[in-house]
Amino acid sequence: MSLLEVEVLNVRHGLLQAVCDVSFKIDRSEIVAFVGANGAGKTTLFRALAGAHMPASGRVVLDGADVTSVPDHQRVKRGIALVPEGRHLFKDLTVYENLALANAAGRKGAWSIDSVFDVFPNLVPHLRQKAGTLSGGEQQAAAIGRALITNPDVLLLDEVSLGLSPAAVENVYASIGRLVGAATTILLVEQDLDRALSVATRVICMLEGRVVLEDAVGKLSREQIIEAYFGTRQTRSEGVTTQ
Amino acid sequence: MNWIGALVQGILLGGHYALIACGLAFMYSVMRIINLAHGTLVVVASFAFWVLAANWGINPFLAAIGVVPAMALLGWGFQRGVLDPSSRFGLLVPILATFGFAILVNNLLFLQFGASPHSLAPYIGTLSYSSWTIGPDLYVGKLAVLIFVVAVALFGGLSLFLAKTQLGRAIRATSEDPATVGLVGISARKINAIAAAIALGTVGIAGMFLVMRDGVTPYSGMAVLLFAFEAAEIGGADSLWRTLLGGMILGVAQSFGALLSPQGFLIAGHSVFLLIVIGRVVLSKPSLGQIKARLAQWV
Repeated sequence: MSLLEVEVLNVRHGLLQAVCDVSFKIDRSEIVAFVGANGAGKTTLFRALAGAHMPASGRVVLDGADVTSVPDHQRVKRGIALVPEGRHLFKDLTVYENLALANAAGRKGAWSIDSVFDVFPNLVPHLRQKAGTLSGGEQQAAAIGRALITNPDVLLLDEVSLGLSPAAVENVYASIGRLVGAATTILLVEQDLDRALSVATRVICMLEGRVVLEDAVGKLSREQIIEAYFGTRQTRSEGVTTQ
Repeated sequence: MNWIGALVQGILLGGHYALIACGLAFMYSVMRIINLAHGTLVVVASFAFWVLAANWGINPFLAAIGVVPAMALLGWGFQRGVLDPSSRFGLLVPILATFGFAILVNNLLFLQFGASPHSLAPYIGTLSYSSWTIGPDLYVGKLAVLIFVVAVALFGGLSLFLAKTQLGRAIRATSEDPATVGLVGISARKINAIAAAIALGTVGIAGMFLVMRDGVTPYSGMAVLLFAFEAAEIGGADSLWRTLLGGMILGVAQSFGALLSPQGFLIAGHSVFLLIVIGRVVLSKPSLGQIKARLAQWV
């Protein structure tokens, strides 16, 4: 049985349909990259998976249980954690308080404030500092740490490299690499195609709210993905940058 | 009365203003809701204490064990029944809703209790008038000192609670970003209801001391709201300690005003309030665009 099943999911922002008839299955310990242009519906899809945005129709099934109508604060307790785009730390709270808050989910597991500091040692000196005063990379680390402390079965990472310096992105991805062994299933949205391909085991490509391409990383060529990414068949591989 | 005496009395009076402003400031700083029913709710608590004392002779300090939790429960219901539904329609609707609620309750109180003032003073022995002598020509009322001590303890306790407990953190996080707390397993709706319950718990305490000290009529709520609002606004309304300070500034201003002229009491208080509010706006030098953006947010 798959850990996470999404069945013909439709999500709307008012009249705008952001996610159309999306279906996929995720197995335990998979790392799946969601790629696609801006506005392809990736962030909305992730917010719907986390329960922060209720879908118009379709089903989200976690570990055999239908969680479609479970609101976000209870879905965290079921084991889905989202690191939202733009991090959304509580800026007036200290780093420690941000992490301690996630204990509210009440899930036991390998992750605690201490083990988060093992993975993100760069946070330790800023423990008592307000989260808003941290650098972008440190804030991203804290946001990932906050999600980890809820001990999720499924971790959703939305654009973790957005707005970070190249060095900070390197750091964040190095630590994601350290999570891979930790039996966590990871779904991530990433604009940087090379990075997505280097960390993921499977790629799901979205275009205008629909899944247009889906396969294991090794079975897809870069050209196939770029074609699906832009929804065009006239791809010139040299001319296209995906940074 | 000399200046030192006026200062001491003003500071003690400030404790009273801070106490009645506590719930208003707490609700504003956590939920960003200006509760225009605040004064009315203080008066509701006052009448609860009066009814218990007048009908059954229950000592108000004993009655507080029941009335404060009952007010907290009322706060929970107020959040679920009035604030939560109305705050979905922008910033202005909850203000109107609380104003309407205040008018409704004021008139229900009038229906029940009539227009005459009600006071707990006859039920608390000598506390309402006895005093300590602390110097030549300087007396402090025991009740005024008690109110001041309770106010400081309440503000200290609440600040500590917000700073150190998991629930306090959750309240601060919800106040900062209600849309994100769900992602860490916290229900913003529940936290807001808890915060409203805490705010109205403090309203219960304020109501007890108000009816002991000044007495109330069914329409006292608006005057209470005015002083609570001034204290909170002078302090800046963002942090609890500053509300305590705001109460004291208001109290001292009124006290000094009274020294200058018998009518100076209220005028001095309102003037200081206006000066500080206008001063804050002038010093922050908002551009026309900022003011427009701020107004657009409201309309």
